[in-house]
Amino acid sequence: MSLQADTLLEISPLLRLQWEEAQQRHVMLYPEGMIELNETAAAILELCDGQNNLTSIVEKLEQKYEASGIEPDVREMLESALNNGWIREIIPQ
Amino acid sequence: MAGSEKSSLSKPRWLLAELTYACPLQCPYCSNPLDYARLGNELSTEEWKRVLSEARALGAVQLGLSGGEPLTRRDLADIVAHARQLGYYTNLITSGYGLDDARIAELKSAGLDHIQVSIQSPEKLLNDKLAGTASFEHKLDVARWVKQHGYPMVLCVVIHRQNIHQMRQILAMAEELGADYLELANTQYYGWALLNRDHLLPTREQFAEAEAIAQSYKEKVKGRMKIYYVVPDYYEDRPKACMNGWGTTFLTIAPDGMALPCHAARELPGLDCPNVRDFGVREIWYESEAFNRFRGYGWMKEPCRNCPEKEKDFGGCRCQAYLMTGDMTDADPVCSKSPHHHRVAEAIASAQAPAADQPLVFRNARNSKALTG
Repeated sequence: MSLQADTLLEISPLLRLQWEEAQQRHVMLYPEGMIELNETAAAILELCDGQNNLTSIVEKLEQKYEASGIEPDVREMLESALNNGWIREIIPQ
Repeated sequence: MAGSEKSSLSKPRWLLAELTYACPLQCPYCSNPLDYARLGNELSTEEWKRVLSEARALGAVQLGLSGGEPLTRRDLADIVAHARQLGYYTNLITSGYGLDDARIAELKSAGLDHIQVSIQSPEKLLNDKLAGTASFEHKLDVARWVKQHGYPMVLCVVIHRQNIHQMRQILAMAEELGADYLELANTQYYGWALLNRDHLLPTREQFAEAEAIAQSYKEKVKGRMKIYYVVPDYYEDRPKACMNGWGTTFLTIAPDGMALPCHAARELPGLDCPNVRDFGVREIWYESEAFNRFRGYGWMKEPCRNCPEKEKDFGGCRCQAYLMTGDMTDADPVCSKSPHHHRVAEAIASAQAPAADQPLVFRNARNSKALTG
């Protein structure tokens, strides 16, 4: 599935993203399972809050990490998250 | 691996809270112990809350609320609210019996994350026979209510010889109910299921056919419904990596407060599992003899000790080794390298011709007392 740059994204209601103190990392929780996230994946997914799209996520991350040219990596990660059902697109009614 | 090297020990991730052994159903494949009716008093609300807090502090994050039927606990919403506030992902594992629209709303506002409903069969007659209770229509209603309340719908069907021929109908039922996840759990032979094994274990041909049907359906419902297929280990030639390794990931607390490295471990003789009424969860996890008993590889005998696959399957299931060989340090006899592997073949052969004078034994308090008197 390819991602539109201006479509708002949110975490799927079937999952929950949270910081785990004992593991010192973010995890995605779902029925009877858990995905342990690395720092990069967590930083991207935290911005899937229903207020951001691919463009604004890239902008914010480039600012935060003082980086540039990260769009292809972010896009790849988000498309994979979309295909795995971790996030979903908010389609305007 | 020993308790003295705490820093190298992993922390529990999964807490299974068996809130009660009380259950309005009588499924003959129940994994509860045969003597459940003789076990001690259930933990109180406050005791459960303390256990949840202590396990959460240790790192547990997935919480299964199970039983018995957890809905028989009147304090369930109270326990859920406490768990959710601690940051657990809370899974209610239920028959659906005793659930109505109002109770789901109550649990939802307490913060419950997900409800897994089990159905015995897509056919009313068989469902009600296996459950020992007329419950079929109610279960379908519950599945719909769960969905209406915005929950991920997780449907669980335990598979055995009485229903394995219905695989197509099971899949169609799950799709019709809008299940997000379907767990097809081939029966594991512990507790009541072991007692009834001759009536429950399907043939290799039945397994192969059912699995092929389920696998092809996976493709059909890709993106809409995830199918988990719990493999029938009697027909494997390598054992399951039971509990992801003893004392590494899973912590079960039984209704009477006994802390178990796996929910069947109560059957192991001399293990002397600690009780949360006597010890804190941290002490139990790190220091108790029971939780350290099969950590690492030091306890292993041949053929496990020098097996190149020991880090993959940890020698299989300790309970299955004990139940089939009488020695809990043996290799799981499912393994073709086990000198006791023929026991599995014997069990399969025995199930082909169940004795006529041994009927299916339903899981209820009367039978529990009669069997374990």
